[in-house]
Amino acid sequence: MTARSVRSLSGALKLVFSNRLTRVYSAAACNQRHKSTYTPPPALYGGRHTVTLIPGDGIGPELAKHVCELFRFCCVPVDFEVVNVDSSVDSEEDINNAIMAIRRNGVALKGNIETNHNLPPSYKSRNNLLRTTLDLYANVMHCQSLPGVRTRHRNIDIMIIRENTEGEYSSLEHENVPGVVECLKIITKTKSLRIADYAFRTARAKGRGRVTAVHKANIMKLGDGLFLECCKEVASGYPEITFDSMIVDNTTMQLVSRPQQFDVMVMPNLYGNVVSNVCAGLVGGPGLVPGANYGQDYAVFETGTRNTGKSIANQNTANPTAMLLASCLLLDHLRLHAYASMIRRAILSTVTETRLHTVDLGGQGSTSEVVRSVMNAVQSTGPLTLSI
Amino acid sequence: MAAHSAVLSMSKIINPFWGGRLGNTVKVFGTTLTSHRNKTLRSGNNIPPPAKYGGRHTVTLIPGDGIGPELLNHVKEVFRFSCVPVDFEVVHVNSALESEDDINNAITAIRRNGVALKGNIETNHTMAPSVKSRNNLLRTSLDLYANVMHCQSLPGVQTRHKNIDIMIIRENTEGEYSSLEHESVSGVVECLKIITRNNSLRIADYAFRLAREKGRSRVTAVHKANIMKLGDGLFLQCCREVASGYPDITFDSMIVDNTTMQLVSKPQQFDVMVMPNLYGNVVSNVCAGLVGGPGLVPGANFGRDYAVFETATRNTGKSIAGRNIANPTAMLLAGCMMLDHLKLYDYASMIRNAILTTMNETRLHTADIGGQGTTSEVVQSIMRNIQSKGPLTTDL
Repeated sequence: MTARSVRSLSGALKLVFSNRLTRVYSAAACNQRHKSTYTPPPALYGGRHTVTLIPGDGIGPELAKHVCELFRFCCVPVDFEVVNVDSSVDSEEDINNAIMAIRRNGVALKGNIETNHNLPPSYKSRNNLLRTTLDLYANVMHCQSLPGVRTRHRNIDIMIIRENTEGEYSSLEHENVPGVVECLKIITKTKSLRIADYAFRTARAKGRGRVTAVHKANIMKLGDGLFLECCKEVASGYPEITFDSMIVDNTTMQLVSRPQQFDVMVMPNLYGNVVSNVCAGLVGGPGLVPGANYGQDYAVFETGTRNTGKSIANQNTANPTAMLLASCLLLDHLRLHAYASMIRRAILSTVTETRLHTVDLGGQGSTSEVVRSVMNAVQSTGPLTLSI
Repeated sequence: MAAHSAVLSMSKIINPFWGGRLGNTVKVFGTTLTSHRNKTLRSGNNIPPPAKYGGRHTVTLIPGDGIGPELLNHVKEVFRFSCVPVDFEVVHVNSALESEDDINNAITAIRRNGVALKGNIETNHTMAPSVKSRNNLLRTSLDLYANVMHCQSLPGVQTRHKNIDIMIIRENTEGEYSSLEHESVSGVVECLKIITRNNSLRIADYAFRLAREKGRSRVTAVHKANIMKLGDGLFLQCCREVASGYPDITFDSMIVDNTTMQLVSKPQQFDVMVMPNLYGNVVSNVCAGLVGGPGLVPGANFGRDYAVFETATRNTGKSIAGRNIANPTAMLLAGCMMLDHLKLYDYASMIRNAILTTMNETRLHTADIGGQGTTSEVVQSIMRNIQSKGPLTTDL
């Protein structure tokens, strides 16, 4: 309503003033999304949510299809708006469409979009573009040892909170002198405070007792020093939570020898990448851990380690667990907790009890067998489902 | 010698005439004449003379902080006991001071001797950011461009993974460790990560040469070129260029996050790995953790003219200092690598065999690998082993 009135106003104003002024005025009037207090309305009509689905490349499309299958089977009130992003094209139209769809719906489920090395350096990573444009500042990955999966370490329960928008992933590089490349790693006070606050709030909400900041402040004194300082500041506001810090090389060494000592970990972007992959490897591999990217207004769910899985695409051997658990996180975010726990229980029973493991866990099952088994488990627990 | 004194006298003649204007020229002229070590266009003959007099080598020893001093004492003990013809020139570096005099003395000593054995020098976080890491300063001043770490599973140590044999070659002078940071706008810090073509070519060449020498067949470059396209892209390109000159060695590349995940699930797939500075730090610590911990793996930093040996994971070990529980294996093996570098192969293999025997057979493990032995017990056992092999030693 407001938009329409402003547009007519702008129509009138255009005759009098220049275009730029009216555009700015109308933008300021209608674009309430940039106000910090504005919460976008949920895409919930007739009791059904609309969620953006970005299939991505590699194993993404087949896993996304399985999620759709499972949701349809369990009669989950979620409709998927599929947006395809072509990674081989140079134009940014596709990813902008996807971003617009996510702004519209507020929530998304995505597969990883491949970044082709052969394209020129001006071609930015599409995943990165999505994360920074939507300001999804916190990447949360919860690594837990699953009982049915045989790993070298047991009883791992680590929550990794990783800054998702700045750090080494700022894509700011230049070559002033031929043969000398400078990459900028940006650390800002506001973003560090924001991620530290997110980490401590999450720790408090989940009842966790300890937060560890991972850094390399002995070498990058200003950068990681600032990050560490911000974490300490925020920690002072949460006296019931123990705060300590550890240098990233020591952290990775401790992770491979005694991972049970860690509880919640917060860190900048690149260390987060490495540490989350180490933890994923410790609990059983990239096929088991889901990840979530949270911003102030939007949430995007994906697998924890963001693999494209090109080499196993379309062979029906990929492990669907990570993507299915990510969809459960999605349902929790949409407050469809009953559906979320139902599906999660079915997935965990498939992984732990029926021992239907895919190749990456050392078994011989195929993707479709695992999904079928999950659907069976859901059906056996009783609620109304479609026929298989 | 003669050239040096000639230039000094010449500088005394020239200086009164042209004073300050030519002062720099004389200094530069003087240094180019006398400092063979700093000549850029050097032929193979102008290798610095070894610090070897009367058959005995002189090696710089930097005790460092934490467990460094006690471990290096043990190294000295073992060397003295085995009658190794090496004398140590001890240079202390005080990490609590802001002045760079100490570390400059150490650097001069290493320039003089060519070889050093060091413990890690602590970098105090609470001091001003202008106080650079002393270890980093040492590495960059001496241009020790290659950090080599050989991770092997030792038979007597119980680990979750077996049969690991990875050689990690890490660029040691540039990358994220350039210590170039600034805060243009308050609250926004920019850290510069520098990747240069020259250094990347140099480290890639070192890696392939080493792989060829040791008969290794596969070199993996670790990078993050999907995000840092120009920087790590340049590194990867340089590695590919060098790889084309070594057709007998397979070359492949892997992104650092996938690498760390593969390392914790299937480390046996890796052979030789080459990478920039920060990834090298993380990957070498992961590998050290896989083979048994920071107390077992030695590391070496090689430059064109100098070599500095230390423990691979560069831990200060402040919390266990002075308690006789540190694991001396890493430092002793680093000493053996040093002896290999000085071409004292017999002594090196003798001490190395004794260390491995103690580790494998007599099962005298320290606390970090799950045993209850003390440092001195382990060292005593090593010395007994050396004595039992027969060569001439001093009394225990």
